Amino acid sequence: MNTRELIAIGAEQAAVAVAAGDLDAAELFEAYRTRAAADRAAGEAGLNCFTWVADERPAVADGPLAGVPQAAKDLFCTAGVPSQAGSRLLEGYRPPYTATAVERLEQAGSPLVAKTNQDEFAMGSSNENSAYGPVRNPWDRERVPGGSSGGSAAAVAAGLAPWALGTDTGGSIRQPAALCGIVGMKPTYGSVSRYGMIAFASSLDQAGPLTRSVRDAALMLQTIVGQDERDATSLAFPGAIGLPSREDLQGLRIGVPPELTGEGIEAGVLESFRAALANAQALGASIHEIALPSAEFGLSAYYVLAPAECSSNLARFDGVRYGQRVPSDDLVAMYTRTRAEGFGPEVKRRIMLGTYALSSGYYDAFYDRAERVRTLIAGDFKAAFEHVDLIATPTAPTVAFKLGEKTADPLAMYLSDYCTVPMSLAGVPAISIPCGLSGGLPVGLQLAAPAFADSALLEAAYALEQAIAFDGSSALV
Amino acid sequence: MISRDEVLHVAALARLELHEDQIEPMARELSNVLGHIERMNELDLDAVEPTSHVVAVSGALRADEVRPSLAREVALAQAPAADADGFLVPSPQA
Repeated sequence: MNTRELIAIGAEQAAVAVAAGDLDAAELFEAYRTRAAADRAAGEAGLNCFTWVADERPAVADGPLAGVPQAAKDLFCTAGVPSQAGSRLLEGYRPPYTATAVERLEQAGSPLVAKTNQDEFAMGSSNENSAYGPVRNPWDRERVPGGSSGGSAAAVAAGLAPWALGTDTGGSIRQPAALCGIVGMKPTYGSVSRYGMIAFASSLDQAGPLTRSVRDAALMLQTIVGQDERDATSLAFPGAIGLPSREDLQGLRIGVPPELTGEGIEAGVLESFRAALANAQALGASIHEIALPSAEFGLSAYYVLAPAECSSNLARFDGVRYGQRVPSDDLVAMYTRTRAEGFGPEVKRRIMLGTYALSSGYYDAFYDRAERVRTLIAGDFKAAFEHVDLIATPTAPTVAFKLGEKTADPLAMYLSDYCTVPMSLAGVPAISIPCGLSGGLPVGLQLAAPAFADSALLEAAYALEQAIAFDGSSALV
Repeated sequence: MISRDEVLHVAALARLELHEDQIEPMARELSNVLGHIERMNELDLDAVEPTSHVVAVSGALRADEVRPSLAREVALAQAPAADADGFLVPSPQA
């Protein structure tokens, strides 16, 4: 296989080829390592997908993943390897342990080839909030890849990694997957261990796959899913995640909520979305209008809850145990200056917002109300899933936007997550698959399912993926 | 609109030093986002219970057994300042 052929096949096919003796695992690793290293060396003149690339192939465990390399978002702790979460404050930090999701992939035979660039502490929707420079979208280098898992999405779309781990708090896997024309899945909350993920909003953070196919996403999820005693919120997933093979959608009921498919969604995105629904119908699915009446308040609740949790989680970055310190003779001045120098503007905004919302006199007006809105939204999904099997929406309201277009207006940036935040608040699994192009840029279709119906979600996404037959090859570098 | 004093109060609570030229933009940006958040006031939430966590997990405790943990030198290795016994910090109110 030449490099082009080797890059064109996905993770599952590569694993099969290695297992069959048709492909050498060391050659596969080196092909990806070389491509990733070249992008890293090019810095912001390249896609800037990576914050670290392996110098050589590590020892690889025997396992079903047969040496197919993984890239992991920078916020996953990796023992002895820089884990900086896109932040200046953690520059040079090399953790003493490895995150469970990364470790499970390694144990199944997927060695770490690179760490991917991201919005600082996963706060952002464009990857422009990284202390290590913005990532560029391989479909159009003047545009953002989405965020916060932008480096993971761009790397997979460009064929600089066969697949990548990301994290999703309000859309941080699904939205960049949509903007880069790949598959991204946020599993049911609690199904993948958060151990070793540098925390943003613990009640929402969830690890998941970014891949070039639905079957690759299933293969990665199959490997990382499961309870972990090191994360007390992780759950024993009922049943196993299978590799999907469904060919039709006979009998499947798909709900479409007007609240997330109307106003505010770009015309070209809606056109692709409707074409995808027509594909689903042609496969035998029935389409039903359903109501998610509280979903439009999702962003309001999210921008209380996530910043509140972030203001608490990020208190640990104080220049004492890890990362950078701005020296001072006074302890409090050391804290405040370290944090002032170490955090970027968006992280400061969210810490301020969260601290304000939790501060004396405001708790009831903000945090308590937001938790009640969360109840309503979770209830909306529960009620809808009594009538339909899946819910479909566009993943993001727009295609990839220009670098710099939304950086001056935080609220406009937050609206990028309008369609993905409700599923995060409800804790249900959701996947984005590419469903077409608008103006030459990819559009994502989001499908959501009831909690723990991750396998059924993957089966339906697979059948639809085959029917849509999206061609992402023009993004390969 | 959030006032300058409120911004400074919250920044002190959050242990963030703000430069003079960051205070007014922070007040404006926080006010814009809070304006969006206040849309929640359209909802009658009196009869709704709050949800802090969507998945009900309780008593996720392991047996209280002594196990190996990170060695002290490993835990201290990434600190900006440490000696053999612990993390070093400047004195409060030095």
